[in-house]
Amino acid sequence: MISLAHYIVLGAVLFCIAVAGLFINRKNVIVLLMSIELMLLAVNMNFVAFSRFLGDVSGQVFVFFILTVAAAEAAVGLAILVLLFRTRSTINIADIDSMKG
Amino acid sequence: MGLSTSVLLTIALAPLLGSLVAGFVSPFLGRAGRAVAHTVTIACMIVSVALSFQVLYQLTLGGADNYNQNLYTWFQIGQVNASVGFMVDRLTAMMLVVVGFVSLVVHLYTIGYMRDDPGYTRFFSYISLFTFSMFMLVMSNNFMQLFFGWEAVGLVSYLLIGFWYKRPTAIFANLKAFLVNRVGDFGFLLGIAAVLTFLHTLDYAGAFSAAPALAGQTLQITANTQWDAATVICILLFVGAMGKSAQVPLHVWLPDSMEGPTPISALIHAATMVTAGIFMVARMSPLFEMSSTALSFVLVIGATTALFTGLIGIVQNDIKRVVAYSTLSQLGYMTVALGVSMYSGAVFHLMTHAFFKALLFLGAGSVIIAMHHEQDMRYMGGLRKYMPITWITMWIGSLALVAVPFTSGFYSKDAIIEAVGLSHRWGANYAYFCVMAGALVTGLYTFRQMYLTFHGKERFTVAASHGHGHDDHDHHEPGVLAHAPKESPWVVTVPLVLLAIPSLLIGYVTVAPMLFGNWFGSAIHVDEANNVLAELGQEFHGAAAMALHGFTQLPFLLVVVAFVICTYIYVFNPALAGRIKQALKPLWTVLDRKYWADEVEYALFASGGQKIGRLFWKFSDAGMIDGVAVNGSVRLVHRGAALMRRLQTGYLYHYAFAMIIGVIVLFGGYRLFGN
Amino acid sequence: MFNHLLSLLIWLPIVGAVPVLLAGSARPMLARWLALLITIATFVISLWLLRYDPEGSVMQLQETHVWIATWGVHFTLAVDGISVALILMTTFVGILVIAGAWKVIQNRPHQYMACMLLLEGLLIGVFCATDALVFYAFFEAVLIPMYILIGMWGGPRRVYATLKLFIYTFTGSVFMLIALLYLYQKAHTFDLATLAALPLTMKEQAWLFFGFLIAFAIKVPMVPVHTWLPDAHVEAPTGGSVWLAAVMLKIGTYGMVRFMLPITPDAGAHFAWIVIVLSLVAIVYIGYVALVQEDMKKLVAYSSVAHMGFVTLGIFMAFMLVRESGNTEMASLGMQGAMVQMISHGFVSGAMFTCIGVMYDRTHTRQIRDYGGVINMMPWFGLFYVLFAMANCGLPGTSGFVGEFMVILASFSASPWIALFAAFTLIIGAGYTLWLVKRVLWGPVTTEHVRHMTPMTARETWVLIGFAVAVLVIGVWPQPLIHLMDSSVAHLVQQLAVHKI
Repeated sequence: MISLAHYIVLGAVLFCIAVAGLFINRKNVIVLLMSIELMLLAVNMNFVAFSRFLGDVSGQVFVFFILTVAAAEAAVGLAILVLLFRTRSTINIADIDSMKG
Repeated sequence: MGLSTSVLLTIALAPLLGSLVAGFVSPFLGRAGRAVAHTVTIACMIVSVALSFQVLYQLTLGGADNYNQNLYTWFQIGQVNASVGFMVDRLTAMMLVVVGFVSLVVHLYTIGYMRDDPGYTRFFSYISLFTFSMFMLVMSNNFMQLFFGWEAVGLVSYLLIGFWYKRPTAIFANLKAFLVNRVGDFGFLLGIAAVLTFLHTLDYAGAFSAAPALAGQTLQITANTQWDAATVICILLFVGAMGKSAQVPLHVWLPDSMEGPTPISALIHAATMVTAGIFMVARMSPLFEMSSTALSFVLVIGATTALFTGLIGIVQNDIKRVVAYSTLSQLGYMTVALGVSMYSGAVFHLMTHAFFKALLFLGAGSVIIAMHHEQDMRYMGGLRKYMPITWITMWIGSLALVAVPFTSGFYSKDAIIEAVGLSHRWGANYAYFCVMAGALVTGLYTFRQMYLTFHGKERFTVAASHGHGHDDHDHHEPGVLAHAPKESPWVVTVPLVLLAIPSLLIGYVTVAPMLFGNWFGSAIHVDEANNVLAELGQEFHGAAAMALHGFTQLPFLLVVVAFVICTYIYVFNPALAGRIKQALKPLWTVLDRKYWADEVEYALFASGGQKIGRLFWKFSDAGMIDGVAVNGSVRLVHRGAALMRRLQTGYLYHYAFAMIIGVIVLFGGYRLFGN
Repeated sequence: MFNHLLSLLIWLPIVGAVPVLLAGSARPMLARWLALLITIATFVISLWLLRYDPEGSVMQLQETHVWIATWGVHFTLAVDGISVALILMTTFVGILVIAGAWKVIQNRPHQYMACMLLLEGLLIGVFCATDALVFYAFFEAVLIPMYILIGMWGGPRRVYATLKLFIYTFTGSVFMLIALLYLYQKAHTFDLATLAALPLTMKEQAWLFFGFLIAFAIKVPMVPVHTWLPDAHVEAPTGGSVWLAAVMLKIGTYGMVRFMLPITPDAGAHFAWIVIVLSLVAIVYIGYVALVQEDMKKLVAYSSVAHMGFVTLGIFMAFMLVRESGNTEMASLGMQGAMVQMISHGFVSGAMFTCIGVMYDRTHTRQIRDYGGVINMMPWFGLFYVLFAMANCGLPGTSGFVGEFMVILASFSASPWIALFAAFTLIIGAGYTLWLVKRVLWGPVTTEHVRHMTPMTARETWVLIGFAVAVLVIGVWPQPLIHLMDSSVAHLVQQLAVHKI
C-alpha cells in the first residue's frame, strides 16, 4: 500500500533534485528552467497527494492551473532563450546580466 | 425737490466716457485722435462741472434735500449689504465742484503742456479716469464704494506718476507711491472691517446713526487687553488717510510723485487726491467724535507733518519739490484742523488750498515749459520779465499760501491756527507751536522760491546756436537754454488766471457760511464739547473784519519776518544764502536728506522685505521643505532601494539558497519555540 | 437633454478628445478646430446650468446610474450653486486655453488638444460628483492628462516636475482613500449626502479630518506642502499652467467644502485653527517668498498659493465664527468670499499665466532680468498686463478684490489678529506683483529679447479680452455670482453648525 508519506517523500525528493540542479548548474539557462519546472512538479505532486488524501478536489483543480502557468512560462522562457542565443550566441547566465540594476 | 439720479450718474460717468473714448478710440484715429481725445474729454468734463455746479446750487439755494440712494447691489449676504450708491450733501457737492473745476482747468492746461508728448491721448484718458474715480470716492454712500474710489485714484496716480515709463526714477516713484499708499489702505481696510464688526453695516447712514452705540464697546486684543472700539476704528481709518494724504511717516511717496507730468502734480498730488484723506475723516466725523484719543493721534500726526515737512521745503532746489513739500505741510494743517474737531475748517482749507496749490503747480509747470523742462531753481532767476502772467498769478498763489489777509488761504489757515489755540485736546499745545512755526516756515520757502525763480539775476544762458529742436530738451546742459524763455501759450495762462481768481477771492466769499454758518449741516457732526469753531465764531464779525484783525496777529507777523529775511537774502545779498548754509551745515544736511525717512523706510521695508523673502525662499522653502522633507524622503527611498538592490543579484541559486535558509529557520524556529 | 445635462458636460469633451486625437499630426488645423468647437459647444451647453434655481433645493439636476452594483456604488451627479459657478468657469477657461495654445504648440498639437479636452471633462466631473468614489476617480484621473501635458510639452526639468507633481498629490490621495474606505465600511455607501448625515465620534472625525486635510491641502496647495506647484508651473506649457492654476487648484478647496465641512464638522471646529494658521502663513510667508522670485512663472505660482490661502481661510474661519460666537452671517460672508475668490483666482491667475505665455512665446525666457520695457514694444499688451496685475493685488473693480474683501471683513469679526495678517496681502501682494510689473513692463528697452518682441496677434488679444471681461464683470458686479452660490453657502454653514457626536 502506498501511503500519503510516499507521495510526500517523492515530492520532497523531486524538490531537492531541483534545488540541487540550481546549485550545481549555475550557468546553463535551460537547466535552470528545467529545475524550476521540476520544483513546480514537486509542488504539484504534494497538491494531488493531499487532494486525494483529504478528498477535496480543488487541489487537483489547482494543479491544472499550475500546469498551465508552467507550460506558458516554459514557452515564454524558451522563446526568450532562443532569441538570446541568436543575438548573444550564449546561454551562460553570467553573460546576460546587462539589465541588472 | 430732490436731486435727480440721472444727473448724478451723468456727473460720475461723463469723465469715464471721456476716458474710454480717449483711451480706446483715439489711438485708432491716427493724427486726428489727439483732437478727438482732448475735445471729448473736455466736453465731458464741462458737462460734469456744469452739473456739479447745478447740484451745488440746488443744495445751497434751491432747497433740495440731501440725496442718498443705492444704485445697485454689489453683494448681499444675509443682512450684510454692500451697494454702489450716491450720497450727495453739501460736503459732497463742494468736493464735486472743486474736483471738477480743477480737473477741467487741468484738462485745458494739458493741451499746452503735453503738446509734444507721444502719450498725449493716453494722458487725457488717465486724467478723465482719475476724475471719475475721485467722483466715485466723494459721492459714495458706503464704505465699499469709498474703498473702490480710494484705490482707483491710487491706481490712476500710479499710472500717472509712471507716465513717462522710460524714466527709471518715474517707475521707481510710482511703485513707491502705490506701496506706501497700500500701507495706508491696509489700515483703512481693517478700519472698514472693524466698522462692519461693531456697527454691522457698511452704509454711511446706518453706521453714523449707530455710532453712539460704540461708546463703551471694546475689542479684545489679547486675553488681558481691551481696546476702545471707537479708537481702534478711527485710528485704523486714519491710517488710510495718512497714506493717501501723505502724513508722516507715510509722506515719503508724495515728493517722489513729482516725477509725473506737472498737470498731474497739480490735479492729483496737490488739489484733489491727496485731500481724499481729509475728506474721508470729515465725512466720518460722527465716528471720530466718539474717540478723543484718536483725534489726539490725528492732531499730533498732522502737526508734525505741518512743521517738519515744511522745513524740508526750505532747502529744496527743484521748483516742483518745493511746492510738493508745501503741499505736505498744508495737508498737515488740514489734519490738525481735523484733530481739533474742526472738520469744516479742514474742508474749507482743502478747498482754498485746492485752488491756490493747483495754481502754484500749474505756474511752476509754465516756468518749466519756458525753461525747456529745467526744474532746478539754481538755473532760473529773473524770469519776471519774460513771463509776466505766470509771474503775477504765481505771486497771487504764493500770497494765498502764506496766508496774507484777504486772500483765500488766510481765512482757512488763520482759522485753523486760532482754533488750535482754543482747543484743549491732548497735544493741542504741541500742535499750536507747530502750526505757528509752520507759518514762518511757509513764508520762508514760498518767498525763497519766488525770488529764486522770478527775481534776481538770470542764472541761465541762452545758447547761441538755435540748431537743436525741441526734441532734445531732456539732454541739455544745466543752465543752458536753446531759446530765450517766453510766456506760455494761452491754454496754459488761461487756466492760471482761472485759478488765480478763486485763490484770491473764494475765502472772502465763503468764510462766513462755511466756517461759521453751519453750511455743511448734517454732513459734519461735532460734539458740543469739542466745538472750538463755535467758540471762534463768537468773535467773528464778517470776513473783512477778520482780515483786518489778521494784520495784527502773530501768524501774519511771522510771514512778514519771513518776507524780510528772504528779501534781504535773495534780493540784496545773494551770497548770504551760501554762507548760512555753511554755518548751519548739520541742520542743512538733516533737511536735505529729509530726516533720512526715505533711507530708513527703504532699508526697513523694501530691502528688508527682500532679505526676509530670500531667507524664507532659500532657507525654509527650498532648504527645509524641498531640500529636507521632499527631496530628503526621495533620497531616503533611493538609498534604501540601493541597499535592497544588492540582494537582488538575479542568480537563481542565490534565491534558492535564501529559500533553503528560510525553510531551515522556519523549521528550526518551530522546533525550538513551538510546542 | 436636461435629464443628462451633467453627463453630457462631462463626456462631451472626453469623448470629443477621440476624434481630435484621430485627426493626427498630419492635420493639425483640423484637430485645433475640432477641439475649439468642442470646447465652445461644452461652454454653450454649460450655460444651461444657469437654469439652476438658487431658491430651490440645494442639489439640483441630479442623475444616478448604477456603476458597481455589488458595492452599491452609483455614478451620481448633481450640482449646487458653487459647482455651477466652478463648472462655468471651467468651460469658459477651456475655450481660452484652446485658443491660447492655437499656434504655440507645434509639436503633436492633436495630442495636446486631446489632452486639454480630457482634462476639461475630468475637471467638470470632479465638480459634479456627489458620490465619494466617483469624486475620487475623477480627482485622481485629472492627474493623468496633467502629467502628460507637463511631461510631453514641458520645459527642460519636466521629468522632475511631473514626478514631483504626481507623487506629491498621489501621496495625499492615499490618505483620502483610506478615509473613504473607513467611511464605506461604516455607512456601506459612498453617497455624500448619506456620509454627511453619518454620526461619528470625535476620534473618528479627527482621523478622517486629517486624512482629507492632507489630500486636499496638497492639492490646494497649502503651506508647507506647496512646493510641487512652482516646479510644475515653471515646467508646464502655458495651457497646462492655466489649467493648473485656474481650475486644478480649486478641486482641493472644493473637496474641502464637499467632504470636510459636512462629514467632520466637529473635528473641523476643533482643528480649524490649524488650517487658519496655515492659511495666514501662506498669505504672509508666501508673499515674501514670491517677492524675491527671479522667474515670472514661479512668482505667479507662489502668488497663487497666497491667494488660495484666502480660500482656505474663508472656509475654516466659518467654523470659528459659527461655533464660537454663533455669527452665521459673518460665517456666510467669509465662506462666500472664499467661493468668490476661487472663481476670481481662476480667471486672474489664468490671465497672468497667459500673459506670461504671450511674452514667453516671443522671447523664450521667463527670467525677469531678461525683460524690461516690454510696454515700448507691446503697448496694448501692457494694458492687459497692468489690468491683471492689479486684479492680482486685489484692486477694487476687479474680481481679485471681491473675495479678499469679503474674507477680510469677516475675519475681523473672528479675530482682529486674523484680519491683520490677512490684510497684509494688500501690501505684500502689491509689492511682488507691481515690482514684477515694474521690472518687466516699465522702463526703457534694455535687452535684446525685448527688442525683438512683436505686438500682440488678434488671437492673443481675444483670449486676453475674454479673461479681462470675466475679471471686470465679477469685479464691478459680483452680486449675480454671489446670488447663485448664496443658498449653497448658507447650506454649508448650516452643515458645519451641526454637532454629529
